[in-house]
Amino acid sequence: MDSEKITVLQETARQLRVDIVKALHSSQSGHTGGSLSAIDMVTALYFHTMRHNPAEPKWEGRDRFVLCKGHAAPALYVALAHAGYFPKEDLMMLRRLGSHLQGHPDSKGTPGVEVCTGSLGQGLSMANGMALALRLDGSASRVYALLGDGELQEGQVWEAAMAAGHYKLDNLCALVDVNRLQIDGEVAKVMDVEPVTDKFRAFGWNVIDIDGHDMAAIVATLDQAASVKGKPTVIVARTVKGKGVSFFENKASYHGVPPSDEELPKALECLGEQCYL
Amino acid sequence: MSTMIATRDAYGQTLAELGEENKSIVVLDADLSGSTKTSVFAKKFPERFFNMGIAEANMVGTAAGLAAAGKIPFVSTFAIFAVGRAWEQVRQSVAYPKANVKIVATHGGVTVGEDGGSHQSVEDIAIMRAVPNMTVIVPADGPETAKAIRAAAAYNGPVYVRLGRNKVPTVFADDAPFAIGKGSQIVDGTDLTFVTTGLMTAQAKAAADILKAEGISARVVHLATIKPLDCEILLKAARETGAIVTAEEHSIVGGLGGAVAEFLSENCPAPLKRVGVHDRFGLSGKAEELLKYFGLMPADLAEAGREIVRKKRG
Ligand SMILES: Cc1ncc(C[n+]2csc(CCOP(=O)(O)OP(=O)(O)O)c2C)c(N)n1
Ligand SMILES: [Mg+2]
Repeated sequence: MDSEKITVLQETARQLRVDIVKALHSSQSGHTGGSLSAIDMVTALYFHTMRHNPAEPKWEGRDRFVLCKGHAAPALYVALAHAGYFPKEDLMMLRRLGSHLQGHPDSKGTPGVEVCTGSLGQGLSMANGMALALRLDGSASRVYALLGDGELQEGQVWEAAMAAGHYKLDNLCALVDVNRLQIDGEVAKVMDVEPVTDKFRAFGWNVIDIDGHDMAAIVATLDQAASVKGKPTVIVARTVKGKGVSFFENKASYHGVPPSDEELPKALECLGEQCYL
Repeated sequence: MSTMIATRDAYGQTLAELGEENKSIVVLDADLSGSTKTSVFAKKFPERFFNMGIAEANMVGTAAGLAAAGKIPFVSTFAIFAVGRAWEQVRQSVAYPKANVKIVATHGGVTVGEDGGSHQSVEDIAIMRAVPNMTVIVPADGPETAKAIRAAAAYNGPVYVRLGRNKVPTVFADDAPFAIGKGSQIVDGTDLTFVTTGLMTAQAKAAADILKAEGISARVVHLATIKPLDCEILLKAARETGAIVTAEEHSIVGGLGGAVAEFLSENCPAPLKRVGVHDRFGLSGKAEELLKYFGLMPADLAEAGREIVRKKRG
């Protein structure tokens, strides 16, 4: 892929980071760190990889995305708004009473959201179900599922991993946001999940280990995953929690803390954005 | 008595004290120790604290094993995950063998707020109440939480304690008596009885004040223990006031209202109204906004009180 396209995707990701920070500041509640670590992957999916139609969210030929780590809902919402599923102004209503932008993705209200997530560990099973259904229907659509590394501690993830390997779901691609942090601290200290690549390989997956902020690598890997036959692919993406806002980076304490009034202009400055309050 | 304490803070404090007094107490959490406040115990007794990661089912099963080997495990996470994700482990590994496991869940009900419906447990009381051998406790405030946690530790068998996220007004004095299975009449009255649990008890007290100004005398009976039910205090309320309004931060299906309705309809039928969440999921919003949205404010209780008195008087 030419470098110009990568530059465009990187700029999109930057804008989406700005919108994440603004939306979370507006709601004064929500998950900052894991939204920022995941957004480069979400950007690549919605603005390069996936076939989808914002004007027709239920278009049959669409690829499906499941945000298994549902608390990173802001990352999904900014991508959907930017793509045109709903007005960007809605983002400022995040988590408010009456808003369709619930604290965790809710397929009942938000166009473009496929299933309800938020209870960690359940998403990959639903992605498997979609992949099975699409295969039954002879569809060319693919399913993408984004998980957290702490989320891998849930047993259901491994039941789903086993099933995806068993059923050779090559129309499924999982991405794991390995930002090395969860709520109570470092994943390695709370309940170590490594070696993640070996585990998935043992369950019959095609495994690719990348830098989850290297847009060229993300895009190339997603393209490559689509051509792998006979097994599901997992992209194990090494990321930085809070990526893009220096004082949020690598801090478990910013897992579920929104930017304060003082932090907002500084955060936007980190993202190369002027702040007009 | 206008101090405001979150029941989870009282839990963290009490658990750390108990850890000092009883070396058999062990604590398990699932990556939410800062929120459930088991972190206070973890800091003091790191060797008796086990962070199980985001794996609630395994956590509850492990607790059952610890109990089988003589420990007194306290298991904490949000109510939605303790009761939801680990439901069958609670049923098979804890309740069925009558294991001495204490499940203390925080963030119960709609006052979880902005996280939304996926995180607001409005059915946990009903689910836990349906399990044989399970004791179900929903304290009203900080001081009562401290006593409930101590009582749970002293009791031999499975206990589910449901706590909240936010600060709530203190209803009970530090020296108010507490016993599992015993309700407390906190306001006397003759025209109707509010039977309440958790944070709705403070709301009912305020509702009784509203009604008093209108010449309606409302009794308030707080049931910290929903199972086993305090039948005596309920029979007395039904006989003496002849009208019941139940109130809980929970679905009207199967929780406190369900328990009271089941018991009274068989033993002393009286006009009864259940205040709670009307068989629907929660949604994002601020805690206070959601209490209004779901009709759980003192004004809503007062209205239910007026309605039930009219019904009683025909
Ligand atoms: C079943 C379940 N248990 C607990 C939680 C509470 N919770 C929300 S986010 C989180 C930590 C997630 O860590 P990770 O998967 O690494 O996400 P990230 O670092 O990308 O934010 C926890 C424990 C939950 N949402 N679901
Ligand atoms: Mg993580």
